[in-house]
Amino acid sequence: MSNVQQNFTVIEGEAQDADSLGGLGRHQGTTLVKRGLAEMLKRGVIMDVVKPEHARIAEDAGASAVMALERVPADIRRDGGVARMSPPEVVEEIQAAVTIPVMAKARIGHFAEAQVLEAIGVDYIDESEVLTPADADHHINKWEFTVPFVCGAVNLGEALRRISEGAAMIRSKGEAGTGDVVEAVRHLRSIMGDIAKITTADGAEIYGWAKRLQAPVDLVREVADLGRLPVPIFCAGGIASPADASLVMQLGAEAVFVGSGIFKSENPSARAKAIVEATTNYDDPAIVLKASRGLGRPMSGSSVEELETRLANRGW
Amino acid sequence: MPGESPVKVGVLALQGAADLHLSALKELGTAAVAVRGPRELADVGRLVIPGGESTTISKMLVANDLLTPLKERLAEGLPTLGTCAGMILLASEVVDGRKDQHCLGAIDLKVRRNAYGTQVDSFEADLSVAVLGAPRFHGVFIRSPIVEHAGAGVEVLASFQGRAVLCRNSNVLASTFHPELSGDLRLHRLFCEEEF
Repeated sequence: MSNVQQNFTVIEGEAQDADSLGGLGRHQGTTLVKRGLAEMLKRGVIMDVVKPEHARIAEDAGASAVMALERVPADIRRDGGVARMSPPEVVEEIQAAVTIPVMAKARIGHFAEAQVLEAIGVDYIDESEVLTPADADHHINKWEFTVPFVCGAVNLGEALRRISEGAAMIRSKGEAGTGDVVEAVRHLRSIMGDIAKITTADGAEIYGWAKRLQAPVDLVREVADLGRLPVPIFCAGGIASPADASLVMQLGAEAVFVGSGIFKSENPSARAKAIVEATTNYDDPAIVLKASRGLGRPMSGSSVEELETRLANRGW
Repeated sequence: MPGESPVKVGVLALQGAADLHLSALKELGTAAVAVRGPRELADVGRLVIPGGESTTISKMLVANDLLTPLKERLAEGLPTLGTCAGMILLASEVVDGRKDQHCLGAIDLKVRRNAYGTQVDSFEADLSVAVLGAPRFHGVFIRSPIVEHAGAGVEVLASFQGRAVLCRNSNVLASTFHPELSGDLRLHRLFCEEEF
């Protein structure tokens, strides 16, 4: 089997296609179509935006997609209260303001918010720990949707549980709203490190891994065969500078999400553009250096060690 | 040139699905390399412009000093395959794009971005492509453009629901769908073997 085909190996035992024949001979909402958009977003930057003006700045800077949300994580942290999906009219205004894909966040387990976002026609849903969880035990059954989902993970087991529920893209959780990249690095290293170990596991050890990771054995075996997750892995949580983006890309992330790091900085437009350039050229220090100059103050942020609420602990 | 090393095929790897094209080309035994700067571009004899976000790729062409050399190579007849965003970049006119989006103008096509709708309208469909023979080619359309008009000198190699989805002129092959996603190497083989 070719590498290309292996990218989309069918996961046994899962309902594959929340599928429908939209037009004549068109199969929509298939696993290939869902994971396909994630492929198109690789080596790009997805930026959190709360209003159309932000979305325009993001697109002007070269964002490959925007994420619509009610408040950026830093403000959710500061103001507290229940954080929900964006008001529909705000998502629609953002869709009207840009030509690039528009994602939106739904609360963990809140499948009705996800249904509303799908009805709006967003391009991806982030079932996100940044919002207040709606279900203390369950995530959304993502196979039932035509729209694809991205979910956060702190380790490989969590990533595989989300994929088993139908996630078409995984991102590290990091610790959103802090500007501190330490947790994103921890999560990426944990996921990548375990993948590397699993590729050398023998047939018997695969079952041990599945037990330890609390993940379906078929998915663990698939990771062992592919040497990577069956879906793209992006990085989110605490990225605030071009060098942060370069760091997580070098650690194996295939694209980055930037939340508060852009619009809580002194010069969002310049910083956004610089992070895009550093993501494309992450392995060329001379270009990352050039992109890092003259950006003004970054978001001041808060060290993860000082936090009372760890968003990354949300999700099960 | 005869006797020299085989032609290197570059894949523009600024943003998007470059890796899948690289693995498809390597699967065919081609010397395939990622292109991110003018030196790498100068070294390739064929080029693939992958899917991704066309507005982002357009900006990164400027940031990485590739826009002018790429236009020059295309004008000299560099054989190029463009898929989805790649077709948009190669086209002569883009509808529903950004005003500052660069058109390379390498194939006389008027294309409309995201013409089927948002991601929920993305789809798979089997296509009859005479130049590739049987069986039908599995097309994957992700926020795909449509070809609104193909100029004289453009040959339409495949259509879907009345719209051209695969086009060719003297040096450019362009598709609205993603051959790199379907695991079918026939279109990549055609591109690598075609005498332009």
